[in-house]
Amino acid sequence: MSGTGFSFTIDGVAVAAEPGQTIMEAADAAGLYIPRLCDHEGLRHQGGCRVCTVKAGGRSVSACTQPAAPDLVVENETPHLNKLRRDLVEMLFHEGNHLCPICEASGNCELQAMAYRLDMTAPTRFPYLQPSRTLDASHPDIALDTNRCISCGRCIRASQDVDRKGVFGYVGRGIHRRVAVNADDLASTDASIEDAAIAAGTCPVGCIIRKRHGFATPIGERIFDKGPIGHDIEDKRRE
Amino acid sequence: MNETRKPRVATVSLAGCFGCHMAILDIDERLVGLMQAVEFDRSPLTDLKTFTRRCDIGIIEGGCCNEENVHVLQDFRRNCDVLIALGQCAIMGGLPAMRNAIMQSDAPLRECLEEAYITGAYIRNTTHQIPNDPALPLLLDRVYPCSEVVEIDYQIPGCAPGGDIIFETLSSILAGRFHGFSRDSFKFD
Repeated sequence: MSGTGFSFTIDGVAVAAEPGQTIMEAADAAGLYIPRLCDHEGLRHQGGCRVCTVKAGGRSVSACTQPAAPDLVVENETPHLNKLRRDLVEMLFHEGNHLCPICEASGNCELQAMAYRLDMTAPTRFPYLQPSRTLDASHPDIALDTNRCISCGRCIRASQDVDRKGVFGYVGRGIHRRVAVNADDLASTDASIEDAAIAAGTCPVGCIIRKRHGFATPIGERIFDKGPIGHDIEDKRRE
Repeated sequence: MNETRKPRVATVSLAGCFGCHMAILDIDERLVGLMQAVEFDRSPLTDLKTFTRRCDIGIIEGGCCNEENVHVLQDFRRNCDVLIALGQCAIMGGLPAMRNAIMQSDAPLRECLEEAYITGAYIRNTTHQIPNDPALPLLLDRVYPCSEVVEIDYQIPGCAPGGDIIFETLSSILAGRFHGFSRDSFKFD
């Protein structure tokens, strides 16, 4: 692909890109972190959570789906964008039942880590919806606590595109849109603990729980205890 | 007229586990300096049940799960210049708020009490009744964060917050120079 590459800027830093690359893919390769929740390495991009919203040529776009273009001027780490992102994350905290003190995913949770990164000290500006949601512990190896689901759809894409199963899917519309399993309960599907959809890291929060793995890593030694979310990408730039 | 006096601090635990009060002790030896700089009024630490004077800072642990919690919290708001919500329970309900969303229940409070006192598999309740003594404060329909009941000025996140963040926040509020938390200083768990 040499010769077809071009460059654009993110926050004034020149970034190299290939045709077809999204802004986020080019930024990741260059060691510039753009916050994201619904995007996950190895899965097709969805552009659902809008946490990766950047200003490209002055317009708000989701960096995970917007293709990079030659000489595009992208703003990423600005107070305005980070405030918008913080508001989005805060609304996710209000929409579900996110009780960090009792959650097994605390410390491995991308929603929590994103709140830390975006300086959300406490979510109290909006009313808590406190929805009544189901807990599905029917499967011998997997439990689903949908109180913590943020509807990012990563399990849906992993199950459809990687596992070729379609265990998960969206149901409902608007604020009622939820992730559901394709049967009465999870035990009635062909979901397996080996699935990419169930693998640690696919679910960004503590909704998909691998039974008998809880607290194997103690609080304080978990993924985001070692550094803020995105530090693995940002470290590439420092090297 | 403006004689120097020590700032007065009041604390209370509402629907909390007293863990946040314990966390105040995690300030360790810095507590000695802090105790010399402030004077405690109404607090479990002094065992004073009512305010003796108006206070500068009120520290609230826990949210509101019954009517007494609401009355105490309103009393703190009336008697304190600055209210600090300490810990996740005060900020967003915390563990007690789990009863707000008992799955698929139209009456989560009733279901919670019935399981706790009547139908639970490991219950030995010889009266077979949900406690209903008139002396018991009436439970609220759900557990409310402090900020849904009164205006809260500052919130220190954590379950329980670490000694460092409590000390840094209290010291900077007392010095009038609190400008938020640094990114790596706070946790929700």
